[in-house]
Amino acid sequence: MAPIWKASAWELSQQLAQGTLSSEEITREFLQRIEQYNDSLGAFIHVNPQALEQARQVDQRRRRGEELPPWAGVPIALKDNLCTSDQPTTCASRMLQDYISPFDATVVKRLRSQGLVVLGKTNLDEFAMGSSNETSFFGPARNPWAEDRSPGGSSGGSAVAVASGLAPWSLGSDTGGSIRLPAAFCGVLGLKPTYGRVSRWGLVAFASSLDQIGPLARSALDAALLLELIAGPDERDSTCVNQPVPRYCQVIQQPLPKLRIGWVPEQLEALEPEVQQAVQQALKVLRQQLGAELREVRLPHARFAVATYYIIAPSEASSNLARYDGIHFGYRANEQEVLAALRQEAQRLAQAGDHQAVQELDSPLVRLYRATRSQGFGTEVKRRIMLGTYALSAGYYDQYYLKALKVRRLIRQDYLDAFEQVDLIAGPVASSAAFALGEKTQDPLSMYLVDLFTVGANLAGIPALSLPCGFTGEGLPLGLQLQGPLFSEALLLQVAHHFQLHTDYHIRWPQLTEGNQRTHDRNGCQQ
Amino acid sequence: MSEHRYELVVGLEVHVQLLTQTKLFCGCRNQFGAPPNTLTCPVCLGLPGTLPVMNQQAFQLALKAAVALNCEIAPVTKWDRKNYFYPDLPKGYQISQYDLPFSRNGYLEISDPRGRFGPKRVGIIRVHLEEDAGKSLHDETAGQADSRIDLNRAGTPLLEIVTRPDIRSPEEAKAFLTELKLLLTYLEVSDCNMQEGSLRVDANVNLHIHTPEGTVATPIVEVKNMNSFRAVERALAYEAQRQYHQWLSTGHRLGQVPKQTRGWDDQAQITRPQRQKEESSDYRYFPDPDLVPVTVSPEQIEQVRQSLGELPATIRERIQKQYGITPYDADVIVSQGRAVVEYFEKVAQVSGNGKQAANWVQRDVLRTLKERQWTMEQFPLSAEQLGQFVARIAQGRLASSRAREVFDHMLRTQQDVDTAIEALGIQTVDEDTLQELCRRLVEANPKVVQQVRQGKTKALGALVGQAKRENPNVDPRRVQEICRQLIEQAEA
Ligand SMILES: [Zn+2]
Repeated sequence: MAPIWKASAWELSQQLAQGTLSSEEITREFLQRIEQYNDSLGAFIHVNPQALEQARQVDQRRRRGEELPPWAGVPIALKDNLCTSDQPTTCASRMLQDYISPFDATVVKRLRSQGLVVLGKTNLDEFAMGSSNETSFFGPARNPWAEDRSPGGSSGGSAVAVASGLAPWSLGSDTGGSIRLPAAFCGVLGLKPTYGRVSRWGLVAFASSLDQIGPLARSALDAALLLELIAGPDERDSTCVNQPVPRYCQVIQQPLPKLRIGWVPEQLEALEPEVQQAVQQALKVLRQQLGAELREVRLPHARFAVATYYIIAPSEASSNLARYDGIHFGYRANEQEVLAALRQEAQRLAQAGDHQAVQELDSPLVRLYRATRSQGFGTEVKRRIMLGTYALSAGYYDQYYLKALKVRRLIRQDYLDAFEQVDLIAGPVASSAAFALGEKTQDPLSMYLVDLFTVGANLAGIPALSLPCGFTGEGLPLGLQLQGPLFSEALLLQVAHHFQLHTDYHIRWPQLTEGNQRTHDRNGCQQ
Repeated sequence: MSEHRYELVVGLEVHVQLLTQTKLFCGCRNQFGAPPNTLTCPVCLGLPGTLPVMNQQAFQLALKAAVALNCEIAPVTKWDRKNYFYPDLPKGYQISQYDLPFSRNGYLEISDPRGRFGPKRVGIIRVHLEEDAGKSLHDETAGQADSRIDLNRAGTPLLEIVTRPDIRSPEEAKAFLTELKLLLTYLEVSDCNMQEGSLRVDANVNLHIHTPEGTVATPIVEVKNMNSFRAVERALAYEAQRQYHQWLSTGHRLGQVPKQTRGWDDQAQITRPQRQKEESSDYRYFPDPDLVPVTVSPEQIEQVRQSLGELPATIRERIQKQYGITPYDADVIVSQGRAVVEYFEKVAQVSGNGKQAANWVQRDVLRTLKERQWTMEQFPLSAEQLGQFVARIAQGRLASSRAREVFDHMLRTQQDVDTAIEALGIQTVDEDTLQELCRRLVEANPKVVQQVRQGKTKALGALVGQAKRENPNVDPRRVQEICRQLIEQAEA
C-alpha cells in the first residue's frame, strides 16, 4: 500500500469509512511530516497542538457508531487568514502576531461540523498581499520542487503543504490569483470559486469585492469534495449567493459533454517558450483526449486588468486595514516610548523657538496610530494602503477608482461575450514557472505583472482553476488555467477531472530535504 | 445699534437614533444605559473577518420616517464607507450613505399656534441611514493618553435628516425640531430623547444682511453641542447677533473665510470656536463592498405609507373641526402623543362637549401627569369615567365650583362621577330653592344692595359667601348672577 501521505482525501475518506485507517493514524503521519519538513518549507505558521486529540475524538465517535460522513477524520490545512477560535490567526503579519479570533470562519465551522481535523495554519503573504509568499512576517514558504524558488502567493503555504504531502488538501483565498498561482507553481490543483459561492465570514478581508475562499488539492475529485463542504449561502455574508450547491463529486465523474473551449491567442504569445509548449500540449489533450472543440476568443480589455486590479484591490484594502490601529486589538507600539519621543520632540522644538512646529505636532493619539501602523505592517502592505488611500482621495477618485470600476465592467462584459461562444476558456496561469525567491522583491511592478492572467476572473467574479499541466526542463511544475461562466465550478472541475484521467502531472512528487539544516526564523522577516 | 435689517438663515442637520431591537449591522441589542461594552460582538467591535448584515427593521423604520417627511424614496440605494481614524470607530470607517441616500427632497410643515410666524414648509434635502460610533471620554491634554471607550453605541442605527436652509428664526428652528420629534415619536421611529443622545442637532447658520449696496451673506458657521431645543433657540439667537457684529467689524462675506465650527456653551450662553477633529476632512467615501445594494419597490413604499397611521398635522386639524376646539388646545393635546389624543377623543365623545373635554384634559389631566410623572396609560381614571364627569358639568348637574373637588376625589378613589358626588354630599340645588335663598339674602342685606347700586359689584361676594355657608351645594356663579338680577329688577 502507498504511504498514507500520498493518498488523496477521497481515498482517505473511504479508508476511514471502512475502518481500515483511523484519523489518528492519518493525522499522526501528516504531523510527523510537518515536523520533518516544515522547517525547510515554511508551509505552516502554526501547527495545531490539539490535532491528534481531535483526530482521536473523531475515531471514538465513529467507534461508538455515530453516523459520520466518510471524510470525518481527514485532516486539512487552513490558510492563516481564516479565523479559528482555537488557534492564532496571524495573516502572516506582525500586526496580528498573537491574535486569536473569538470565532471560527464559516468555512472552518462547516469543516469542523463534518469532522475534519485542522492540522494548522499555513503561510501566506502578509494579509494575502503578494504573489510570492515573500511578504510574510514569518519568512517565505519555499517551493518544494526547488527550495530557492517561490511557491507563489499569496496562498503559498497551502499549496506547499499539499504539494509536499504535509496535508492531503487545504484551503486558500484568492483575490487576484492567490490560489491559482501557488497551485501552478507547486503542481497542485487550486480553484477560485464564483464570487459569492463561498461565505467570506471569517476570512480576514484584503479586498472584499474580489476575495474568495477556495480549495487546493491534488485531484479534481478532492477539490470538488472540499468545495461541496464549504460552499453555500450564509446569513452572515450578504454577498454570499443564495443558490443551491451541486453535488460536485458526482457531477464531475459523469462523461463529458461535447465542449467548446476558448483560448486567447495574445495570452499564449506572452509566455516563456516552455510554458507556451505546456499550455499548447494541454490544449491538445483537451481537443484530442477530451473531444473538445477549440475556438479562438478575444478578451479585448484583458490588458487593462492588472492596472484595474491594482486600483480596486488597494482601495478596498486601505479601508479594510484601517481597523489595525493598535487601539482595540492586535499589535500596539510601546506607548511609553511613543509618548516620551513625542515629549522630547516638543521640548527640542520649543527650545529652538519653533512654536509653529510645536503647534503642529501630532497628538499622542495620532502618534500612537502612526507608530503602531509603521511597526506593525510590512512594506508591501504599506505600499498598498498608500496606493489605495491615494486612489480614493478627493480629486483622484474619479480618475482612478471610478475609472477602474468602469473598466471592471468592461472586463466582465468581455467574459460574458466570450462565454456566448465557448463553454470555458483555457490558458496559462502565469507566463513562467516559479521564479527565484528574491528575484522580484525589489521590483513591485514586475511582481504585480505576475497576476496578469489571473486577476481577470476576480474582477469578473467568475470561477477559475489551475491544474497541473506539465513541467519545465528544470522540473518545475506548470499550470493550466480554466475559466468558466458564473457558477460553472462543476463544469470546470469536470474538465479538470477528465484531464487528470489522461495525465499524470498531478501525481508526481517533489524530492524534499529535511528541515534541520535551516531553522525557520521568526525574526528573519523582511521589514 | 443694529443699523441694517438682516435675515437669519439656518439649515439643520438632525441625527436620530432608531428604536430597533438590534444594531444596524449586527445582532447586538440597541439599548441605552447598559454597563459599558456589554452590548458588543465581533461585528461592532470591527474584529478581523467580520461582515455587516443589514437590519431590515432599521431600514423599515427609516423608510417610515422618510415617507412621513414627504421624501422621494430611491428605487435602489447603497452603502458607503466614510473613512477616518478615531478610537470610538473600531473599523476605521463608518458605514453610511453618500451619493445615493435612500431618500431625498421632502419637507415638513411647521406653524406656530401662537401665530409668531405663518405656516411654512421646511425643505428636507435628504434623509439617510448610517451607523453610530461608540462614545469616548478622554483627556488628551498634557500628554495624558487616558481614554475610555464604550462601544455599546457603536453600530446602532442613526437617521440623518438634512434640511434646506429654509429656517429664518430661532423660533422656527425650535418649531421644526418640535414637530419633527412629534412626528418621529408618533411613528415610533425614535424616542428623540436629547438627554440620552437619541436626537442630536447641528445647525448651519449665516445672515443675509440688507445694505444699501445689496444683500450680503456672512460666512456659514456650523454650530454644535446644543443639548436641548431651548439651547438651539438661544444658540441661534446668539449666533445671529455675533455674526452681525463680526460682519460689522471684519466685513467678511460668505466664501472669504473657511467654514467655522462653533460649540454652544450652555453655561456661558455663548458659542465658542471648536477645534476641528484631527482627522482630515477627506473621508474617501466609496461603496462598501461587504453590503449589497438595497432595492425598494413602489409596492413597498405604498405599504409603508399605509402603515403610518394618522399623523400629528392631520390629527390637529381633524380634532379642531370635529370637537370644535381651538388650534391652541388641539396643538397642546396632539403634542402629548397618540395616547393623550385617544384619551381626549373618548372623553369628548362620552361627554358630548369637546370644549369642556379639552379644558379638563389639557389642564387638569396633563397637570396631574406632569406632577406625578405618569404616562397617559398610568392615569387612574378611564376616558369613560372622565367623560361622564365632564358630561355632568356640561349638563349643569355638577357646579364648576365643586368640579375640581370631585375630580380630586375621583383621582384618589377611582370612583365614578356620580358615586363621587354622592360621597362628597354634593346635591344639585334646584332653581326655586336658589331663587328663594337669593331673595332672602338680598332683603336681609340692604347695605350690600346699596353698594352694588353704587357700582361696587364686588360687594356681591358677601352674598355669595353667606349663600355658601347656608348651602354648600350652591353654584356661586349662579348665586352672584341671580342676586345681581334681583337687585337690578328692584331698581327698575
Ligand atoms: Zn454587535
